[in-house]
Amino acid sequence: MTPLPPFQILLDRHAADVMAVLRGAVGRSDAEDCFQETFLAALRAYPKLSNDRNLRGWLLTIAHRKAIDHHRANGRRAVPVANVGEVEDDTIELPRDDGIWAAVGALPPKQRAAVTLRYASDLPHVEIAAALGCSPEAARRSLHEGMKRLRKELA
Amino acid sequence: MKASLQHLTDRAAAEGLLDVAYATTDSPFGPLLLATTPRGLVRLSLPGYDPDETLEELAARISPRVLEAPAQLEEVRRELGLYFEGKLRHFDLPLDWSLSKGFRRRALRAIDRIPYGKTRSYTQIATSAGNERAVRAAGTACGSNPIPIVVPCHRVLRSGGGLGGYGGGLPMKEALLELEGSHS
Repeated sequence: MTPLPPFQILLDRHAADVMAVLRGAVGRSDAEDCFQETFLAALRAYPKLSNDRNLRGWLLTIAHRKAIDHHRANGRRAVPVANVGEVEDDTIELPRDDGIWAAVGALPPKQRAAVTLRYASDLPHVEIAAALGCSPEAARRSLHEGMKRLRKELA
Repeated sequence: MKASLQHLTDRAAAEGLLDVAYATTDSPFGPLLLATTPRGLVRLSLPGYDPDETLEELAARISPRVLEAPAQLEEVRRELGLYFEGKLRHFDLPLDWSLSKGFRRRALRAIDRIPYGKTRSYTQIATSAGNERAVRAAGTACGSNPIPIVVPCHRVLRSGGGLGGYGGGLPMKEALLELEGSHS
């Protein structure tokens, strides 16, 4: 087994993506807290991780758990993410179409999570399932339902 | 994003999740990579070495929780700066010896006791480390010194006065000896 890379490499490569996904999932103002929680949890678990994992997928999975925890703690749906495109970092390219993100933000939590994980984070169904704590079929279903609803909203 | 990362590094340090903190600093010879554990300075990598390789080695040998955290290395950078200006003769820094074992560690500890401006021979170092015949091994210990400059392996010369070797190249060894006023 090759040894794990220095954690700084994960930050350099994926911090911007994690932040972008969290802004999409919980809104800009709460993303910072979730970002900190995500990376502290990742640091805690990191030495025991096996390196055959997709490290980006692993980080985004933790991010989504933190976003779900956040929604549970708040006991409400996320504020729609109308301005998710206004990121100051020029490293991230997010869709600038506010309409889409507002519609995504208005989806029920599981569908929203599945859609963001698939299209903002480019995760496969298996990883989405792991992030949401459900079966790959259920993840596929949430994604399908979410997309169906989005198409209807935006048609 | 920069503020978020800064905040994260601070929190990681406060929660004991920062096993290896690193930073780079300028020197008259080029950039140096510095790494510290909570115990002390563990690695100083000279110009000409690949910093990525050094960081990978630290991740494999100490802990993969390796983060860039210059704040943790402020005192090291300050003392090195003064040393290069000729204004500091003795580093007062906690060191982490965990990258060296056995005879090598004993040899490096003997090197660490060579005063500023003085030199020793590889034979003297072998003797201080407990085996006067292990001269080659003393040379290897110098060559594998994880904390050069601070642990002054540049002060170890051949018995006849020849320069011997140096990881940063012989011109750097000469320049350090000159800085310390011990180069004839």
